[in-house]
Amino acid sequence: MSARVTVATALRVLTQLRRDPRTIALLLAVPPFLLTLLKGAFHQDPETFQHVGGPLVGLFPFTTMFVVTSITMLRERTTGTLERLMSLPLAKLDLLFGYGIAFAVVAVVQAVLTSAYAFGLLGLDVVGPTAAVVALAVGNALLGMSLGLFVSAFARTEFQAVQFMPAIVFPQLLLCGLFVARDQMVGVLQIISDTMPLTYAFEALESVTTEGTLGSRGALDVTVIVGATLLLLALGALTLRRRTP
Amino acid sequence: MASPPAIAVEGLTVRRGGRPVLHGLSFSIAAGTVTGLLGPSGCGKTTLMRSIVGVQIVEAGRVEVLGTPAGSASLRARVGYVTQAPSVYRDLSVRENLRYFARVLAAPNERIEEAIETVALGEQADQVVASLSGGQSARVSLATALLGKPDLLVLDEPTVGLDPVLRRDLWATFRGLAAEGTTLLVSSHVMEEAEHCDELLLMREGELLATESPAALRARTGREQLDEAFLALIEERAAV
Repeated sequence: MSARVTVATALRVLTQLRRDPRTIALLLAVPPFLLTLLKGAFHQDPETFQHVGGPLVGLFPFTTMFVVTSITMLRERTTGTLERLMSLPLAKLDLLFGYGIAFAVVAVVQAVLTSAYAFGLLGLDVVGPTAAVVALAVGNALLGMSLGLFVSAFARTEFQAVQFMPAIVFPQLLLCGLFVARDQMVGVLQIISDTMPLTYAFEALESVTTEGTLGSRGALDVTVIVGATLLLLALGALTLRRRTP
Repeated sequence: MASPPAIAVEGLTVRRGGRPVLHGLSFSIAAGTVTGLLGPSGCGKTTLMRSIVGVQIVEAGRVEVLGTPAGSASLRARVGYVTQAPSVYRDLSVRENLRYFARVLAAPNERIEEAIETVALGEQADQVVASLSGGQSARVSLATALLGKPDLLVLDEPTVGLDPVLRRDLWATFRGLAAEGTTLLVSSHVMEEAEHCDELLLMREGELLATESPAALRARTGREQLDEAFLALIEERAAV
């Protein structure tokens, strides 16, 4: 690995993103917009807005980075730039970490803006420090990125890659405890949700926003988020082949 | 010649999609020469080039490049490969593309401007690749391969769709690189390009028909035009 190549890759990915101002606008404007809708929808029930809104601020980066990364990586694969990089003196980790740094930067900006808007203008209240929400948001962004990197290997076209969003992200959102408390789910669904990394991401965010600390399972939650990210990155590295049929 | 060959291939067999594409090819290429890889579309030129660069999974045979097995990590900085479809970032400018690949190759910054000059893209240097023509994008792709001053350059149809003046200039560039010691393997499906090469590899349907110089090919077949000589070779084969 080389710091020079990793940093160059991160800068290259950020420059590519900068060339696409509409995507940047969507990345930054959609989460505040959705939170505004949510506040309006729960007009009669502000308590639910308070309960769901806080964790959502930290979950948005997971979904957006998943989509952005899987499409960007798929483009590397289909335009031949990945094959060229694999024939150059570049370590696979240079590429993966380069992506990681670039999308972490985007996630920080997204999470800071979303939380400033939600906590400042929408009147959303969280018990814990907002910096902890932002930190968890960045962790979730990296989790979404590594998942996106990995699944991009299984898509041949951008249409397929986009369909991975409802196929892989939605089930995790449905079962993570955001919509229904996990202890109210049938046993099978609880077991399924136990295997999903987003469950732990939500649990950590819920503890921070409602109790002010990571809670009794905080260590487990953080370990799963970090562990799943690293595991998915390793699996993603396996899908980067120097030789192909 | 005493110096070891830049490329040595022995019994190279490759299958792609369950179908044999290369049938036990053997040949070698001397260092510092320009070798033309010629043959019709679909005859296996790209597969052969991929095998030499080391990105192709090979069924059988031995491919040695600059004295080491093809695809070795130590070769990645020494072999430049330009695919037929331009493999550069379409949403970056010419210069941004080159800057990135220069960092990857640890090439000094001066090389970026040199490479831009070599492929005559000075005026377009700050344009995004997506806004360039097909031929111009192909030249960006070629420029990235020149950055690292590779010992071996493998170029897949680099002159397709270029205007004649630029094509002549590029061949002059290739000759200049060879004079400095670089070995070049250049594919084309146009026989007239064979004229610029020291040696020719003539391929058809996954087999090598001949490996010789243009002059030797002319002498052997008695044809002055190289495309006619190629035809004569095919007929000679069919008669056996």
